[in-house]
Amino acid sequence: MTDSVTPPAGTAPTVVHGPKREGTPALEARGLTKHFPVGRGKVVHAVEEISIALPEATVTAVVGESGSGKSTLARLLTGLIKPTSGELLLDGKPVGTSAKALRAYTSDVHLVLQDPFSSLNSAHSVGYHIERPLKLHSDVRGAELDAKVVELLDRVSLSPGAEFAAKYPHELSGGQRQRVAIARGLAVRPRVLLADEPVSMLDVSIRLGVLNLFDGLREDERLAILYVTHDIASARYLADTIVVMYAGQVVESGPAEQITDAPQHPYTQLLLSAAPDPARDQAPELRGSGSPPSLVNPPSGCRFHPRCPFAMAVCKEQAPPSLPVGTDQVAACWLHSPEHKAEADAVSAQI
Amino acid sequence: MTAVQAGPVLGEPVLEVSKLCIDYGLPEDGGVRAVTDVTFTLRRGEVLGLAGESGSGKSTLAYAIPRLLRAPGVITGGDVIFHQRPVGGGPSQAVDMLTADAETLANIRWVDLSMVFQSAMHALNPVARIEGQLTDVLRRHRPGWSPAQRKERAVELLQMVGISADRLRAFPHELSGGMRQRVMIAMALALEPALVIMDEPTTALDVVTQREIIEELMELRERLGFAVIFITHDLSLLLELADTIAIMYAGRLVEMATATELVRAPRHPYSQGLLNSFPALHGAKKRMVGIPGAPPSLRAMPAGCKFHPRCVHAGESCLSVEPRLARPNGSFSARTVACTLQDGSRPTPAELALPDPAETAPSRFRTPAAAVPAPSDPNQNLTVGDLS
Amino acid sequence: MTSTLPTETMTGGSPATPAAPARRRRRHYPIKVQVGAGITLFFILIAIFGPELAPHSAAWVANTTNGTPQPPSGSNWLGTDNTQHDLYSALLLGARSTLLISFVAGAFATVLSVAMGVTSGYVGGVTDEVMSIITNIFLALPGLLILMVILKPLPPGDQNNSLVIGFVVALSSWAYGARALRAQTLTLRDQDYVVSARVIGERKRRIVIYEILPNLLPIVAASFIFTVIYGMGVYVALCYLGVVSPASGSWGTLLQTAQASGAIEANQWWWYLPPALCIALVGIGLALLNFGIDEIINPRIRSSRSKRRDVKFQLGLTPVVRPATSTVVEGEQL
Repeated sequence: MTDSVTPPAGTAPTVVHGPKREGTPALEARGLTKHFPVGRGKVVHAVEEISIALPEATVTAVVGESGSGKSTLARLLTGLIKPTSGELLLDGKPVGTSAKALRAYTSDVHLVLQDPFSSLNSAHSVGYHIERPLKLHSDVRGAELDAKVVELLDRVSLSPGAEFAAKYPHELSGGQRQRVAIARGLAVRPRVLLADEPVSMLDVSIRLGVLNLFDGLREDERLAILYVTHDIASARYLADTIVVMYAGQVVESGPAEQITDAPQHPYTQLLLSAAPDPARDQAPELRGSGSPPSLVNPPSGCRFHPRCPFAMAVCKEQAPPSLPVGTDQVAACWLHSPEHKAEADAVSAQI
Repeated sequence: MTAVQAGPVLGEPVLEVSKLCIDYGLPEDGGVRAVTDVTFTLRRGEVLGLAGESGSGKSTLAYAIPRLLRAPGVITGGDVIFHQRPVGGGPSQAVDMLTADAETLANIRWVDLSMVFQSAMHALNPVARIEGQLTDVLRRHRPGWSPAQRKERAVELLQMVGISADRLRAFPHELSGGMRQRVMIAMALALEPALVIMDEPTTALDVVTQREIIEELMELRERLGFAVIFITHDLSLLLELADTIAIMYAGRLVEMATATELVRAPRHPYSQGLLNSFPALHGAKKRMVGIPGAPPSLRAMPAGCKFHPRCVHAGESCLSVEPRLARPNGSFSARTVACTLQDGSRPTPAELALPDPAETAPSRFRTPAAAVPAPSDPNQNLTVGDLS
Repeated sequence: MTSTLPTETMTGGSPATPAAPARRRRRHYPIKVQVGAGITLFFILIAIFGPELAPHSAAWVANTTNGTPQPPSGSNWLGTDNTQHDLYSALLLGARSTLLISFVAGAFATVLSVAMGVTSGYVGGVTDEVMSIITNIFLALPGLLILMVILKPLPPGDQNNSLVIGFVVALSSWAYGARALRAQTLTLRDQDYVVSARVIGERKRRIVIYEILPNLLPIVAASFIFTVIYGMGVYVALCYLGVVSPASGSWGTLLQTAQASGAIEANQWWWYLPPALCIALVGIGLALLNFGIDEIINPRIRSSRSKRRDVKFQLGLTPVVRPATSTVVEGEQL
């Protein structure tokens, strides 16, 4: 954790999620909150007070169901949408709000979107898609530019690059399109790559290839990667750290294998028991039925309490703080609070 | 509950598909073949999982069986026989789906054979209440019923899929994605069909909702005894719910086996590759490679085995000879596979020659305790579509 | 009809096999497009070469003292009017101003609708609201009445200026296109490729011109053709009502003089029928072109037909075409 975080007096210390590394993280977000107005004075509490640090050469997975705010978080980190409150720090320096500062920011932080069929414009060639960021953010021109395009395509295993540059998106398969989208992201030589469900629209047999590409980029380009997904198994495969989101909040975070092997938050446990697992011998027991709450009127206290089989009195009244539950692992759950230990044990014993 | 009947009569076929070929457009119109020579038999109460990637022809096959495939889809060969239970009992009658006229088909669809689609939002009428949509099905096929009877049945159907009766007056957009899919399942089961075809019914849903719906579905199947063709790209899900799994690649069945056999001892290199494409939730992290390359285009099918360009075991003969679906060499099970590695002509790699698992109840949902030697359903082990 | 198949329909999901390589092949245009293009081209040629083809000038008068219109004859193919002008020549001469003004109006209206619709759709906010209000006002106003009010005080010189008349006609016909383009822009604005362009730091104007506009072209083309048809209707109406009377004459003017001289009551069909037919034909030709564009944009319309007469694609009854229909013996495959 960085020592730059100084908690305001009188509140609990802010917990910064994400892989723990020495030095300044490539990208850090402090207290990001996004409320979307939906008319008549109502707001959707899409993302609530999230602090996350993405050090270079790491992969952080954000796992959650639809409506958990995970995609909103990724878009907040791109600067595409303005947070209601909170700030972004690139290499420890706050990101300015001027148009110029934002444009500079876009060369350091890139977003790869979910649907490779709509993230490329069918009117333009593959080469065009890769040239544009180079023209916008570098002085490379002419033959040098063409060489750079080919090099980038080769980098994402689209060889021969010259041949692929001349193709149009409709001539490529889903996996190849997603590689083009990633190559475009690399063109700006970013520090940070945000990937919003980058493989969920791809065929099963080619997903691993794209995940392995991300893994290689983490090592070779020392990228800080944020991997947003609903698939906790792939998060475990790729990520150093898993951050679990529910209803706009982080409920648990920690080293990937620790989260999947010893989940401490009831929601993480529910998510894991629901995930398909051929190694399982019998049908899993689901603890906590129902669906995520409305974010216009989120439940009081812990947002998971209406579904939580372990819910205690305090859960309805007070939002739980993030409590340490293991090495670098935190869970926002009253079950892990020393003050409520007796009650928590009683509830757990009943189930 | 009127729906409770005698348990499923296993063993009796409900659907027989043989050498079915489906094209998009006729040869004259420059059409392409999407499904080639698909043969299988589905028995009453059986869950057949159809797994494959996009373009593998799995949805095409599913829509062609009830002849709901849209233009320019054309059935260009083979047979589809549906065994219809006559109203009021008696032995079932074989209906040739491919020669049946519109009226015969209308009397089979929804009554004996229903479908659940991927997008419930598109399949439900957005301007009609749930009640109306449920009772419409009954009004059409149960003309003798009074409105009160229909409403009672609608309530019963909703409760069956875990939705409270007060949602009857709701419009589709007022329900969550999971609830809409449950309504679709309730509608599909309204007339107690013998077969439900489900095309990626849970793909658009979150994992928790998906799991809940699958469990409800399997419970209902147990109780009502309908057979299911479950289509998905998610093999890991199928392994948990299907009795039999058919793997499709490039419009062909490449392997068909019980779920246990497939997960423990895959025989086709593609099945094995698919199984190795799902990262595990437990155990040591290891680098996985998936399957190199991408599925072929329908317009540019390779010669010989359609999988050979992506296959690490491809040999000389694979480039020209297309293997046929047959019992693997040395196997005593009813499973089949289309690969020259398994016909005795070439040595079989060790990872594709694992011993067939001991025959236990294939569906973990049906018999939770894996050790029980399945005395309840002696026929179940024979349901792997006796193909050879 | 091309052999392009919508492979997207194969599995209802992502197309593993893009339909596109086929797009590169030589395209056989649908018959509707061919007929539509033929008719349109024919009239465009007449508009260009009409004055050269016309046997007589506008001032020419038949050498007869008879004050009544003459029916078609060997010397006057379409007869004459009450002042003994040759109607065949008048028809050829009138084509130019009619078509010119229709196309000028279509072009102006398209430019206006693209500017208004795309800006309003992409920029959003207050700009969108103001522009939408303006668009809706133009939609709601009775166009013809407004045009009469605008055109009456114009100096006679401008009455013969095609650009001025075309622009004024365009004012009454751009709003539909603007509405359609705004709606489509709203959809495209949220497409992932537009979001991606923003992520890499593209400027707004470049996104509109290079990312959004190319994908609007089919709608722009359809809207252009529609406004040409509409513009022709408005122009003919204005001439017929006598609001404008171009020196070179137009099909609308022909109709107006025929009506004023009681040609319809006197059953002098050679006077009013040819211009009316020409107007209808141009309209049909353009409309066919528009249908064709629809088919090209939406391959599903095209692919739901087969060259084989005996094969019918019907919703809910997939056709079965087997080499030799064999009835299966039950249990055959056991």
